[in-house]
Amino acid sequence: MEKLISFYCNNELLSVQINPAITLLDFLRNHKKLTGTKEGCREGDCGACTVMLGSLIKGKVKFKTVNSCLMPIADVSGKHVVSIEGLNNNELNFLQSQFIDEGGTQCGFCTPGFIVSLTNYFVNHISYNVEDAIASLDGNICRCTGYVGIKRAVQNTINYLDGGNSTNHNPVNHLITKKILPPYFSELPKKLKQLQNKTGSSLKQKGNKLNIVSGGTDIFVQKWESLLEEDNYFVSDDTGLKLISKKQNKIFIGGAVTVEEFLESKIIQKYFPFLKEHLRLFGSLPIRNRATIAGNIVNASPIGDMTNILLALSANVHLKDKNKKRVVPLNKFYLGYKTLNKKKNELVEQVSIPIPGKNFLFNYEKVSRRTYLDIASVNSSILIAVQNGKIKEALISAGGVAPIPLFLKSTSKFLSGKELSSSTVNHSIEIAKSEISPISDARGSKEYKTLLLGQLIKAHFIKLFPELNVDEVLK
Amino acid sequence: MRSYDSVQHVRGESKFVDDIAAPEGTLFGYVFYSPIAHGKIKSIDFNETLKVSGIHAVITAKDIPGENQIGGIILDEELFASNEVHYVGQPIALVIASDRVASHKGVKKIKAEFEKLKPVFDPREAFEKGNLIVPPRIFSLGDVDSVWQQCDYLIEGKVESGSQEHLYLETQGALAVPIEGGGVKIISSTQGPTAVQKIAARVLNMPMNKIEVDVPRLGGGFGGKEDQATAWAVMAALAALKLNQPVKIILPRQEDMRMTGKRHPYSSDYKIGLNKDGKILAYQSWYYQNAGASADLSTAILERTLFHSTNSYFIPNVKATAYCCRTNLPPFTAFRGFGGPQAMFVIESAIHKAAHVMGVDPSFIQKKNLLKEGDEFPYGQKTENCRAVKCFEENEKRFDFQSQSVRVKKFNDESKLYKKGIALMPVCFGISFTTTFLNQASALVHVYTDGSVNISTAAVEMGQGVNAKLMSVASRIFSINPDRIRIDTTNTSRVANTSPTAASKGADLNGYATIDACNLILERLKKVARELLSADESSTIEIKDEFVHMNNTKTDVDWVKLINHAYVNRISLSAQAHHSTPNIYFDRTKMKGDAFAYHVYGTALVEATVDYLRGTYVIDSVKVVHDFGTSIHPVTDRGQAEGGIVQGLGWMTLEEIIYNDEGKLLTDALSTYKVPDIHFAPKELEVHFLEDVPNPYGPFQSKAIGEPPFMYGIGGYFAIINAMKEFKPDKEIIYNAPITNEKVLMWLHSND
Repeated sequence: MEKLISFYCNNELLSVQINPAITLLDFLRNHKKLTGTKEGCREGDCGACTVMLGSLIKGKVKFKTVNSCLMPIADVSGKHVVSIEGLNNNELNFLQSQFIDEGGTQCGFCTPGFIVSLTNYFVNHISYNVEDAIASLDGNICRCTGYVGIKRAVQNTINYLDGGNSTNHNPVNHLITKKILPPYFSELPKKLKQLQNKTGSSLKQKGNKLNIVSGGTDIFVQKWESLLEEDNYFVSDDTGLKLISKKQNKIFIGGAVTVEEFLESKIIQKYFPFLKEHLRLFGSLPIRNRATIAGNIVNASPIGDMTNILLALSANVHLKDKNKKRVVPLNKFYLGYKTLNKKKNELVEQVSIPIPGKNFLFNYEKVSRRTYLDIASVNSSILIAVQNGKIKEALISAGGVAPIPLFLKSTSKFLSGKELSSSTVNHSIEIAKSEISPISDARGSKEYKTLLLGQLIKAHFIKLFPELNVDEVLK
Repeated sequence: MRSYDSVQHVRGESKFVDDIAAPEGTLFGYVFYSPIAHGKIKSIDFNETLKVSGIHAVITAKDIPGENQIGGIILDEELFASNEVHYVGQPIALVIASDRVASHKGVKKIKAEFEKLKPVFDPREAFEKGNLIVPPRIFSLGDVDSVWQQCDYLIEGKVESGSQEHLYLETQGALAVPIEGGGVKIISSTQGPTAVQKIAARVLNMPMNKIEVDVPRLGGGFGGKEDQATAWAVMAALAALKLNQPVKIILPRQEDMRMTGKRHPYSSDYKIGLNKDGKILAYQSWYYQNAGASADLSTAILERTLFHSTNSYFIPNVKATAYCCRTNLPPFTAFRGFGGPQAMFVIESAIHKAAHVMGVDPSFIQKKNLLKEGDEFPYGQKTENCRAVKCFEENEKRFDFQSQSVRVKKFNDESKLYKKGIALMPVCFGISFTTTFLNQASALVHVYTDGSVNISTAAVEMGQGVNAKLMSVASRIFSINPDRIRIDTTNTSRVANTSPTAASKGADLNGYATIDACNLILERLKKVARELLSADESSTIEIKDEFVHMNNTKTDVDWVKLINHAYVNRISLSAQAHHSTPNIYFDRTKMKGDAFAYHVYGTALVEATVDYLRGTYVIDSVKVVHDFGTSIHPVTDRGQAEGGIVQGLGWMTLEEIIYNDEGKLLTDALSTYKVPDIHFAPKELEVHFLEDVPNPYGPFQSKAIGEPPFMYGIGGYFAIINAMKEFKPDKEIIYNAPITNEKVLMWLHSND
């Protein structure tokens, strides 16, 4: 089952014969003895294991952060893995020294993850702002500092790097000059290119009883140990599944497109400009860098963020098994709890979304215990067109209130054609309540979830239609 | 001054237990634990486990050569359950394998059968049934019963506060290596190395001198590794000696969350009486502490609840009663504040409710009753250098409480969907172990011939910065560059009979011991310098900035030269010193005494915004005036304050521990148990160091810092509640922490 995998680990070219399902975390710690990368939770919720991953894209190295605990070593083939050790110069760099002097490190266990995440932010930006830099830490938990010292360190480092001007520059060179990155980074595009020519894609394998593993952000939480003994088909680098394209009035999204690629895509930003803001509530940056749109769909979690949004957008799932293809509307894809209208060997090749007409407005609401990097207690999306005070069409979904990601069919039907008024809103909530079957669990009691869905429906309307009488909607 | 530790941290080079290169042949242990909350073990079958490839052994109670007993204060806790199980997560066996994956597989193959017994989870139910770990403890001052009728206002109420997971980023773990002569070396992530050594000796039936415990550092402790690091270390040692191979146990996060104890949940009642001026005349409280299945540190925590029952206020008549209730949950344990926060939440709730009844702002009652110099606590100690009023007034002034109130009122008048609330939170926290004998520490200082210094103490570095402080005090005594000083690991062979690093007292106790040990060497060095410089008795000799100064004039004798001279003249360059806190005592027959060396004071102002539609909230700001004494290491002190505040806010807001009806933990992962992240932390968090406040009872006039700031987080609860009240001014307020989004929404929109 072992494979030969070649990649750069910090400044070292490695070619290892290894089980491709071993996580990058275990490889770094146990095989390479690079123990700066820590295991804090093994579910992508703490960020102590964060590393940077550099991929050669059109001659340039594009870096992103990933949770190494959820990342099979298979997926680093031909890439550059940067752990905290790979960022060290002989002397402390400015960012590191600021973490010390501003009290951004206490016990030190989470610190490497924070330094890596921030370095990745600086590598990916030519101009900086504190809020974005802080947002790039949405996947890192610190239990000691209260984040205050970390924020000061971020601010000071931005001041240092800006140096009074923020003219266009090559981020890697700039950071090497400022000694945030070690000099070897400048050689990597060339080295990765040589490596890529040698490796190609040797990992693809076709068989009948394969697990299809894409981003792996859930399967590596659920069963990292059994994956080590199974035959896996790692698709996340399959270029054929990475495309986002527009055909007629539909957008097609490849099965291996990640959430971050989706929300950064020019096409998506053009036709769904509203999604970027909402998808910041999806996981964390390192999770979004790995988790795929298709994975969120087949995961079938009743509280998935992406599925909830796609249900309101009338998405379709394009399945493929060898040469057999079929299309299933997303709202007919879920048959029961974690039961799909999909055969084991069928792969989600694409997801398609019709481009909504110009009159349509969209809103997404999510309430979770914590706003960021948390799973919703209840979420809801709405796509709605109103003309002359009348609802032309409304499509509304609800998560966390049923065994499946739920399209509120009756509620949507009820709303369409009705007058836009507070009584319509309140009536629609009653209908929504008849469509749901929430249970009490760690994310809230069923009474709470029922109440909350109604509140989120009110929030949709209050947010989208300021002309409504708020007091009446609130009644 | 940068500490050695922090430099390693930012480079990813610090070594925690699991990072240390394990010796060849190290085996891995994984724990099999009770799946039920209460019952008898009927049968247990390891046959299938032993067939798994890579499994070396299964260790149970039967393999223990000594006592199967790890209780610290009260002997009521088995290392491995032998006949009965008392909570979900109680260890029953340890599977030893050549690698982690095999050990996990082995545990899954264990077949065990139980006869279920009825569990109890609610402390009041345990109390009704008489399941108390110790008899009730009572603190009293004056006579509450005689003054109730004099009060203009009498208010009673019930208060709940929830548990809290420590969530140290480094999970529990230990590595045990057999050493010659049948002994064992244990590298443990513990706050209490001596506890590990002592209990290992008891379980292994061997003298303590054959057990060496070494603690490099902890990836966070917060009290969670004071008592509860012991079990894993002892298990590893037991297995290592049985198999004569090194054994490592590192708990995966989920197992750590399921098996280890957390902050004690409390259910409390109170009765408070005030006169019409807002003066509190009497206060009576009853605390039902949910202790879990065994005593652990619960009794000491229970006492600290009583010590802090009146927080920062002088109340002439107090009667506080606490019950230590045994339930079928994992033994609850030490957590930053140690029972103090639970007590303060009750009195603050009482004041809040009284203010509501009286139609005044809670700050009116708070201010009216603050401790003044010479006031008596319910345990008989009187305040000295009391800074309660000073901190409160400085906060009001510096952060302009009056105009903040006006601004918030204006916002609330104009806003329909969002409302703001503000709250002041004074804190007074006593410093010392209330178990007096624990207030001791020692230090061992070596100066090497190259001038470098190595210091070992009883203090464990867990992120609280004790090493930075020790380095700072040693460099001041010797007047040398701190870079010459290294604070070594905490090791029972170098420093014996250590008290746990806890009670915020690590830097005080070990700082004083370090000062004393350094001074012993310094005196010898001065004598050497005197001889070297042929100085007469009237000359003054000092070391200043690495050079010997004679009669206030710098000489050419530098530190290294001086050390070398001492060495060749056969002068000892090592010293050991022991420190114990003077003048403290506590008489448990009377529940009176000067239990604390001193108190720490401060006041926080917290602002929050509540979203009416969604029931969510944001903590906008926390602004604190805190009495740090004269800080030894301001970066460390500030960090402790900031981190404590956010952790306290977490306890009061997001962090909810939920068990199901069968005592199984539902919030057993970071996906279901949420702690503050960088977005949740208040946008504005300002900590002002109260100026010119030396503390004669702390090293270099400093004050302890670890726990007190945690309790500022309680202000977050009241800021949120005050914002909620703006939507429904007449609705009865809930005093049930944490105030989760769910509770907010249900309170705002339910009809009852």
